[in-house]
Amino acid sequence: MTSVSGMEPAVKVEDLTVAYGERPVLWDVDMEVPAGVLMAVVGPNGAGKTSLIKAITGLIRPVAGYVAIFGKPYAEQRRLVGYVPQRNSVDWDFPTTVQDVVMMGRYGGLGWFRRPGAAERALAMEALEQVGIAEFKGRQISQLSGGQQQRLFLARAIVQDAGIYLMDEPFQGVDATTERAIVTLLKEMRARGKTVVVVHHDLQTVPEYFDWVTLLNVRCIASGPVEEVFTDRNLRLAYGGRVSYLTHHSPGETLTGGEGGG
Amino acid sequence: MEFLGDLFGNYTLRTVGLGAAFLGIVNGVLGSFAVLRKQSLLGDAISHAALPGIALAFLLTGSKATIVLLLGAAAAGWVGTLLVMNIVKNTRVKYDSALGLVLSVFFGFGLVLLTYIQRMPVASQAGLDTFLFGQAATLLARDVATIGILGLAVLLIVLAVWKEFKLLCFDPDFALSLGFPIRWLDVLLITLLVTSIVIGLQTVGVVLMSAMVVAPAAAARQWTDRLGAMVAISAFFGALAGAGGALVSSLTARLPAGPTIVLCLTAIVLVSLLAAPNRGVVWKWARERVNRNLLQTEAVLADLYVLAMRHEDLGHGHPISVLRTMSIGHGGVDRSLEVLREKGLVRVTADGTWSLTPSGLSEAGRLSGKREEGP
Amino acid sequence: MTAPQVEIQLIAVVVAVSCALPGTFLVLRRMAMMSDAISHAILFGIVLAFFVTRDLASPFLVVAAALTGVLTVSLVELLNRTGLVREDAAIGLTFPALFSIGVILVARYAGSVHLDTDSVLLGELAFAPFNRLEVMGYDIGPKAFYLMACIMLLNVLFIAVFYKELKLATFDASLAGVFGFLPGFLHYALMALVSVTAVGAFEAVGSILVVALMIAPPTTAYLLVDRLSLMLAVSALLGAVSAVAGYWVAHALDASIAGSMASVAGLLFGVAYLAAPGRGLIAIALRRVRQRWEFAQAMLLVHLYNHEGLPEAVRENRIPNLPEHLKWDPRFAERVVATARRRGLVEIRDSFLFLTDSGRSTAMDAMVG
Repeated sequence: MTSVSGMEPAVKVEDLTVAYGERPVLWDVDMEVPAGVLMAVVGPNGAGKTSLIKAITGLIRPVAGYVAIFGKPYAEQRRLVGYVPQRNSVDWDFPTTVQDVVMMGRYGGLGWFRRPGAAERALAMEALEQVGIAEFKGRQISQLSGGQQQRLFLARAIVQDAGIYLMDEPFQGVDATTERAIVTLLKEMRARGKTVVVVHHDLQTVPEYFDWVTLLNVRCIASGPVEEVFTDRNLRLAYGGRVSYLTHHSPGETLTGGEGGG
Repeated sequence: MEFLGDLFGNYTLRTVGLGAAFLGIVNGVLGSFAVLRKQSLLGDAISHAALPGIALAFLLTGSKATIVLLLGAAAAGWVGTLLVMNIVKNTRVKYDSALGLVLSVFFGFGLVLLTYIQRMPVASQAGLDTFLFGQAATLLARDVATIGILGLAVLLIVLAVWKEFKLLCFDPDFALSLGFPIRWLDVLLITLLVTSIVIGLQTVGVVLMSAMVVAPAAAARQWTDRLGAMVAISAFFGALAGAGGALVSSLTARLPAGPTIVLCLTAIVLVSLLAAPNRGVVWKWARERVNRNLLQTEAVLADLYVLAMRHEDLGHGHPISVLRTMSIGHGGVDRSLEVLREKGLVRVTADGTWSLTPSGLSEAGRLSGKREEGP
Repeated sequence: MTAPQVEIQLIAVVVAVSCALPGTFLVLRRMAMMSDAISHAILFGIVLAFFVTRDLASPFLVVAAALTGVLTVSLVELLNRTGLVREDAAIGLTFPALFSIGVILVARYAGSVHLDTDSVLLGELAFAPFNRLEVMGYDIGPKAFYLMACIMLLNVLFIAVFYKELKLATFDASLAGVFGFLPGFLHYALMALVSVTAVGAFEAVGSILVVALMIAPPTTAYLLVDRLSLMLAVSALLGAVSAVAGYWVAHALDASIAGSMASVAGLLFGVAYLAAPGRGLIAIALRRVRQRWEFAQAMLLVHLYNHEGLPEAVRENRIPNLPEHLKWDPRFAERVVATARRRGLVEIRDSFLFLTDSGRSTAMDAMVG
């Protein structure tokens, strides 16, 4: 496992174990996310990908293990981390507008009792422009399409102005245009020095969209730069059998079938 | 004018109307959050669960002071809610079963206590069993003051943590990630809900309290897409139904206040469901009609255009039968032609046939061009 | 025991069993609160029927109740289908409206006759024996008993005849539709049955306690058994026990019989909540303790395995470092290690922990499973 030398990793996970009732969904996971990378977290269903994100953000308590954000515990570094949950975790029929939802991203910065004001509204508008849905700012959120809803969540994250972003399946169920727009956005964020960790379900696009990848299946199978880690062998280990990606990829691409692993 | 003067001069009316209005406001506000969180029936459970609390408060303190009974009711309501949450969290029992169980068992236990108290030589239970149906008519100014003060406290708290509550209801995971103590906010919200219900039990009664929590919010949701407006409208509806219901009830013989208020609320809900812009049933139906008519009119215009283009003489008239044939599938030819004629887009020629006017031609051309460009 | 006492208990048992049967399906179909809604809304139907027949004992009331129950369910679904109101809100809107209309009608037009809304809500079993049924001049017992016995029979018959369909429809509505079992019809038939049971039980226990008897015993059974047939049987049994025990508690305290029955039913639930094998709180707590221990064992092995042969092993596999890495209390860590050594899964060399072969294979098994 390589890491950018000198700098503290953005996210460092050690011996993380998470269990629901009888079954562990994450076992002794060690993972480092260097600052400034765009990383995909992939693995089969039930592999613990969402649990990993939730454990890092403190939404679920691990049975064992430790999470550090730039060397310090998450609780001390909240301001630096932006969380983008899955789209279906929210009731879209809630009476609130697009602009309103984006401004919620600033609530953390406002603290208790204070109301969002003109400054927050301006930031919200900026973020909406960046993701391309500024024209919908007054719409009730159920009137948005799936892709627009995803962009809304991203705008809310942008407004937090965090250093690290953790996103759970942002490409799930969006149209091709939105997918391209989101990828562009993520790459821009990386160019500006942000670290982005994305739970991703589509193996085909991993080499194209991301520069680092973590293969997860209850344990961390491998984690590192895509060229080194996204190999046949590791994919087989992670997915435990036939993976359609392996039969479709053509030689000459990043996958070499050689020794990989971290 | 004199009538109104009599109205406001009447102490009972003033008291009851004011008390009911306050209740409507507070429950309208808290009910909004409950309804949005899919906790509509929690209000029903809390109001039933309060009964043993009231009886126990009396048994333990010997006092029938309103504030004592209210505290007992609130404690029991809280314990009931806690139990429901615990049962759902720890076992496979579902939310609705837990609600029904706590609601009925607590209430049954309350009945046991009540009937036990009735046998006691000291107690006269009048004042305790009005909690069943409520007896708004016996509201004293003192009670209204209690309701008002508690209600005001509740509203101020909601105002203070408004954005926190909004976040809690919409996206609790995100709120947690921002560092907000979601558990405590949840506790606070439930406490406020319990308070708002408990102060209304005396007036509206146990059975109908759930309506005061659910109805104003459900109605308000139809009129707006913003949380703030919804809560405000809900408060307004609650006050309207409360004061109105109390008013009608005291003016009419043998019309108990609680049910009257609930019927006012029901009326407001029905009107909202039917007539609210954008969501209302009648509104949607009317809009669909308008859209359909518009489509038909445009189709007839397009048909005339097609016919005209096939003729060298653009002003040549076409009989209505042709148009009818072309419009099989969408109909409405006669009406459409009338509308088009009023707009000056078509005219009737001497022999009773129809043709486009120059402006009709350009309009039709514009529309067909738009259609070719595609969506 | 005196004859009236026996009769009261008999009636109570019959009521409880009649309620427990349809209640089981309500609980399984997540429609528990419908019992609350229906038992309140029925007042509306009863009052209307009363205006027509002017007779409180008329069987027409039962029919009206059944119809009102179906009406309530239909209204709730209508509201839900507009998409403007969620299902729980729909319930909370419908029954208070119907109930209020009923109360107002009673207050204004039936005041002279004894249609006491109180008794609809509360009921009083103690008076049941006074209302006798006479057949051909012979007093054969309290009316309430025969009424409820008929209703109980109706419930049993319905469930027996439609058992397969009910079972399927309860667990998979769409599949049941495919087989032509008309889950819609079953749904409304069940609601009608609930309404009929509720109105029959009103005189004895009142509407709130109908809810208790329909929900509490089945929910308790739900914690105890896994099969539908067993659940029905256990619910009925628990209901009967609540009835008899409730009666004697009320007798001792001189309090409301119905309230006692509900309280005992709740108590039985409480006992199951705590002590149900496998599902009760005690069982859960014990399991957690056991799991934590077993987990810790496995975690130790997996941790050692993962770092085996790697440079960090030097740092991580020293015993003093374990608590910090695995977030364990030092004494807990000591115990875990001691147990692992005893089981021959790890060994200590120069204050470093190493996996034995047996430990390694156990670790690998743990990760695959």
